[in-house]
Amino acid sequence: MSFEIAVERQLGDVRIAADFAGNGGLTALFGPSGSGKSSILNMVAGLLKPDQGRIVVGGETLFDSAAGINLPPEKRRAGYVFQDGRLFPHKRVRDNLLYGWRLADPARRWMTLDEAVDFLGIGSLLARWPRTLSGGEAQRVAIGRALLSGPRFLLMDEPLSSLDAARRQEIMRVIERIRDELALPILYVSHDHGEVERLASTIIDMGMPAA
Amino acid sequence: MTPEEWEIILLSLKVSGVAVLATMPVAFGLAWLLARGRFPGKLLLDALVHLPLVLPPVVTGWLLLILFGTNGPAGRWLAEWLGLSFMFRWTGAALAAAIMALPLMVRAMRLSIEAVDPRLEGAARTLGASPWRTFISITLPLAMPGLLAGAVLGFARSIGEFGATITFVSNIPGETRTIPIAIYGALQIPGNEAEVTRLAIIAVVLSLGALLVSEILARRSGHGRGSHVL
Repeated sequence: MSFEIAVERQLGDVRIAADFAGNGGLTALFGPSGSGKSSILNMVAGLLKPDQGRIVVGGETLFDSAAGINLPPEKRRAGYVFQDGRLFPHKRVRDNLLYGWRLADPARRWMTLDEAVDFLGIGSLLARWPRTLSGGEAQRVAIGRALLSGPRFLLMDEPLSSLDAARRQEIMRVIERIRDELALPILYVSHDHGEVERLASTIIDMGMPAA
Repeated sequence: MTPEEWEIILLSLKVSGVAVLATMPVAFGLAWLLARGRFPGKLLLDALVHLPLVLPPVVTGWLLLILFGTNGPAGRWLAEWLGLSFMFRWTGAALAAAIMALPLMVRAMRLSIEAVDPRLEGAARTLGASPWRTFISITLPLAMPGLLAGAVLGFARSIGEFGATITFVSNIPGETRTIPIAIYGALQIPGNEAEVTRLAIIAVVLSLGALLVSEILARRSGHGRGSHVL
């Protein structure tokens, strides 16, 4: 399963461009803030439309400006883990976890709620409201919500940046297990060199922001 | 309380209830357009929606008379096609109340729609929700406290509506004599202090009650977030 991504998008004065391929495992987009890493994840997820380019994941074309292909986000089967967790504040943890699971075609689910709860160690949180969770707890729930939606691949946008050192270690171990045990391809965005060195099988250096 | 006063109170509740229920979808649609829409003439639409808030109510009533009167363009059309007539009827009082309540309802609803984080909607989309599903499961519940607040504000405003109503449909017992109009009528004749006092107390209780009910509803639908109206 691979990522083949070549996109361009003008956002105000900034031109965001990327052209890279990743072969399974965890592909890290590494670079300073402002280099458009998150925008590239949004383009892969279908939340931001590239001006032109092509996005192919695991042989399936999600976007191709030349061929006029632009799948809506709900058809892309991307499990997106956001920097801030982005849990639904009006749903308890259990309903957050099951949100995508309920919407997924049963044939495409590959994890049950119990499996996700065990995998992430969040059994005690199911009845809680998101606003009562700590940063690490919220991030584990967000990862569980993404996994339960039956994704073909994960997008992770600085999932460790709002956590303290101990929580970072904990979530990094979870990400390693997703990469190795679940063998789910991950496109991962970070500005932290140590994090990327430890987790990534392929590193894409985004360099300085393009003017 | 005399039977006549009960009739006035029940009529007020009917007029205001119908006005708010009929205005809800319109107000929500306008609030959505103003919160999320991008189209030429948005500023003009915004101004038009707010017009009843700043126009002298007597002018609003007069415009309703011109448009929805028996020979008015809208009035004739509605009478012909739907058999709806507004002149000197409670439906006219409800229409006047609805027009006067619209700006308050749209304002409250618009704020609540604008307060919904679009990034949560994006998250829902990546989890497999269609735009419609996202609206039903994320946007609508998150905006609900504000939508309820809008409805209640509109109801309270309708209970108090006077100027446009009396201009448009006059003061007809059992049809258009709502609480404010009855109070005004009673004040024209000396010796009605007791009736005026009773109706005024009712008006205060209804308005206060509406605000409290909406606060309780909003807290319940706040899903542990502690949302509120007041």
